Amino acid sequence: MRWGLTGAAVAFLGLMLILPLVVVFATAFSKGWSGFSAGLADSDSFAAVKLTLIAAVISVPLNIIFGLAAAWAIAKFEFRGKSLLITVIDLPFSVSPIIAGMLFVLLFGAQGWLGDWLAARNMRIIFAVPGIVLATVFVTVPFVARELIPLMQAQGREEEEAALSLGAGGWQAFFRVTIPNIKWALVYGVILCNARALGEFGAVSVVSGHIQGVTNTMPLQIEVLYNEYKFVPAFAMASLLVLMALLTLVLKHWIEWRSARSLAQIGSGPDRAIAPPR
Amino acid sequence: MSRAKKNNVLPGFGLTCGYTLTYLGLVVLIPLATLFLRTASLTWEQFWTTVTGDRALFAYKLTIGASMIAALVNAVFGLLTAWVLVRYRFPGRGILDALVDLPFALPTAVAGISLCALYAPGGWVGALLQRFGVQAAYAPLGIVIAMVFVSLPFVVRTVQPVLADLDQEVEEAAASLGARRWQTLRRVVFPAVLPSLLTGLALAFGRSLGEFGSIVFISGNMPGRTEIASLLILTRLEEFDYAGATAIAVVMLGLSFAMIFVINVLQAWSRRGAD
Amino acid sequence: MSIEIQRVTKVFGGFKALDGINLTVPSGELVALLGPSGSGKTTLLRVIAGLESADEGAVLFDGEDATQRHVRERGVGFVFQHYALFKHMTVFENVAFGLRVRPRRLRPRKAEIADRVTRLLKLVQLEHLGNRRPAQLSGGQRQRVALARALAVEPKVLLLDEPFGALDARVRQELRTWLRRLHDEIHVTSVFVTHDQEEALEVADRVVVMNAGRIEQLGTPEDVFHRPANEFVMHFLGNVNVFHGRVEGGKAMFGDLYVEHPVAAGRPGAAGDEPKDAKVFIRPHEWDISAHRNGRPAMEAVVTHVNAAGPVVKLWLLSESGEPVHAELPLDHYRALELRSGQRVFLSPRQVKVFFD
Repeated sequence: MRWGLTGAAVAFLGLMLILPLVVVFATAFSKGWSGFSAGLADSDSFAAVKLTLIAAVISVPLNIIFGLAAAWAIAKFEFRGKSLLITVIDLPFSVSPIIAGMLFVLLFGAQGWLGDWLAARNMRIIFAVPGIVLATVFVTVPFVARELIPLMQAQGREEEEAALSLGAGGWQAFFRVTIPNIKWALVYGVILCNARALGEFGAVSVVSGHIQGVTNTMPLQIEVLYNEYKFVPAFAMASLLVLMALLTLVLKHWIEWRSARSLAQIGSGPDRAIAPPR
Repeated sequence: MSRAKKNNVLPGFGLTCGYTLTYLGLVVLIPLATLFLRTASLTWEQFWTTVTGDRALFAYKLTIGASMIAALVNAVFGLLTAWVLVRYRFPGRGILDALVDLPFALPTAVAGISLCALYAPGGWVGALLQRFGVQAAYAPLGIVIAMVFVSLPFVVRTVQPVLADLDQEVEEAAASLGARRWQTLRRVVFPAVLPSLLTGLALAFGRSLGEFGSIVFISGNMPGRTEIASLLILTRLEEFDYAGATAIAVVMLGLSFAMIFVINVLQAWSRRGAD
Repeated sequence: MSIEIQRVTKVFGGFKALDGINLTVPSGELVALLGPSGSGKTTLLRVIAGLESADEGAVLFDGEDATQRHVRERGVGFVFQHYALFKHMTVFENVAFGLRVRPRRLRPRKAEIADRVTRLLKLVQLEHLGNRRPAQLSGGQRQRVALARALAVEPKVLLLDEPFGALDARVRQELRTWLRRLHDEIHVTSVFVTHDQEEALEVADRVVVMNAGRIEQLGTPEDVFHRPANEFVMHFLGNVNVFHGRVEGGKAMFGDLYVEHPVAAGRPGAAGDEPKDAKVFIRPHEWDISAHRNGRPAMEAVVTHVNAAGPVVKLWLLSESGEPVHAELPLDHYRALELRSGQRVFLSPRQVKVFFD
């Protein structure tokens, strides 16, 4: 029974998770190391990597600041409409990526609400870098906030109150007490946010316009290469994203392991008898 | 909101709450409102013909049907996986446990091309299936496979902590009262994990509904055969048929919001069970 | 520094946590706020600290209005119920925190901070644990770190919220004695919150008994224990037997028993007045127990259960009229009386308290 169940679970995970990873590397290296590196050495691919990094470098910090602000307001204060606010923060998770991209086309596209206004000023958002950044920001809004909110709610506000009662200012309490208490959840949220920012496909696909070397991010470039039957370069670039994903998983589990260990420490100290003061 | 401030010595409520609302307004709410305002510019009849066109109807049916099958597959295998990961110790368990989150971290386009390469007629698995006369890629089955992949973590990750918290003593108590193993599982364990299982199922279903990146490669995108709703929206957009795209998007968004409600209710239920 | 609280009221939602509280804590005293949960004692402590703002009324420090002053500027040391130690800092860093966050011109030099922290750690007997993290300490040790941290900023007022609430019985007892001695040494005006009457009576100079957002009684431990102002205080400060009876002509009658209860003329139940229904309270240790009638008014009862494990023997009895009675007597008396379960005895109260319905 036990080995049968284990075997079935391992087979399922092997088929669904491990095999796809193996295929990526097998195809990427099917023409050896030289094929792999040649696949990445193309200038369009280089531009795609650069654009992907730009989108992440802008959207991740924006959502870190947002996540910290939202978590502070929600976890440290009582106000009406709080659970509605939490639902709204999670909304981008429920919006299909295609629809997410489409929202920005409707706002800023040629036929969009601000289309004429933008065209008159010779500004482009859709089919240009700003649109890609916007779409990436939208799909990554919840990541940091949703890691921080439950943790900060559970921590309460006693430590911050203690800091204030000892004379600390608001920012001092935030940087010296709050941040150290949430740092691992923050890192966790950031790596998940980053993984999504680097890997977003649907939303970015709608607003990008697929101009090679200009508005193609890594996932879009993979699509182009794949559709042109350039399998080795497509999988070579995919393998970079796979490495990013695996690194994300390793970091995530390392953080979980760390926090589990520090939790186990709490309350383990012996209650030792004390002598009265001399 | 002034009361929140008065009862609290911590600073920064105005700043953080104001920033949160402004940011959400600009990035999330205004764009979403645009979508609904766009739809409002259609007459009811125009809207109705667009959203009930044959091609659109087929796309909803396919998307919803495939999402349901994928969610059910994950309910079965997710429960199994969670059980095995919590109850058994075997070499490689830690790595498998970590890998369960892979679909959260792996870009969907990468999943898409890799699944397509695997299940295409010439692929490692596709060739095998073809011998039994089963076509996976470029067929509805491929869509289900991609959806199973992207929504795989949900059931495992909602059921796993509940199973881990489940007191083994309760099972021992059932056994001491004369229950056989199967009776214990069916009457003691299963009811305890049911709320979280349903939550995971709903989350997986919701995730599959909106999935695009991993499906677009493997499905073949044939209208009336393997065209999912997300893809139909994109096609309409690329034809500059904004009205058509908007109408279908509103239907899909409505479905997603209904799922948020269902999931909230289910989560409230599982929390109640946990207390 | 003295603390003066004037007509302080605080409402949460529809719930009146504090209802027009007036209280003065003289400089250098150690005062206990004693009451059941929900009585408003913690809220009052937080209002004094400035962690909570009063809806109405004022808080004065040394006669100066501090109501609008932020917790940062009140110069209070606050010890939280669950200590609120900074988990990521060592014990030393925790204690040094209040000094290190001062503006540069007011901040002591590094060596001075180190010196002061070391002295405080010595005071709380943790000088050898400066490099530990809070997670590596026992509950009692954490409590003392929290105290040292609060003292580091040289507060004029020390406020402690259920200081021993989270500790086990033995450590609690030790810390109580220790806190009392510490206060005698440093003499800072201190207020602590507790729901444990024994703790309040043992440690405090004065006890404030609170209930439902109001002060029921304020007095020395002796006062509140021996001269409770009302039924609530009587009940809250330990076990008590309650009998329904009446006061008539300077006597309190209950069961088949009466005791002298002189009432001043003009007060209800005074001689010549109408009989008045009343509750008669007798503490378990206020009974004289004898095996035979000895001429004093006495209540006949049967011993139902005896617990002689300890210096004070606990007796459960059933009175003639069927009421359960609880009594306590010193071990040597118990031995002299040779009491057993089922034995018939005579109970005479040494002291009663009477409160009218």
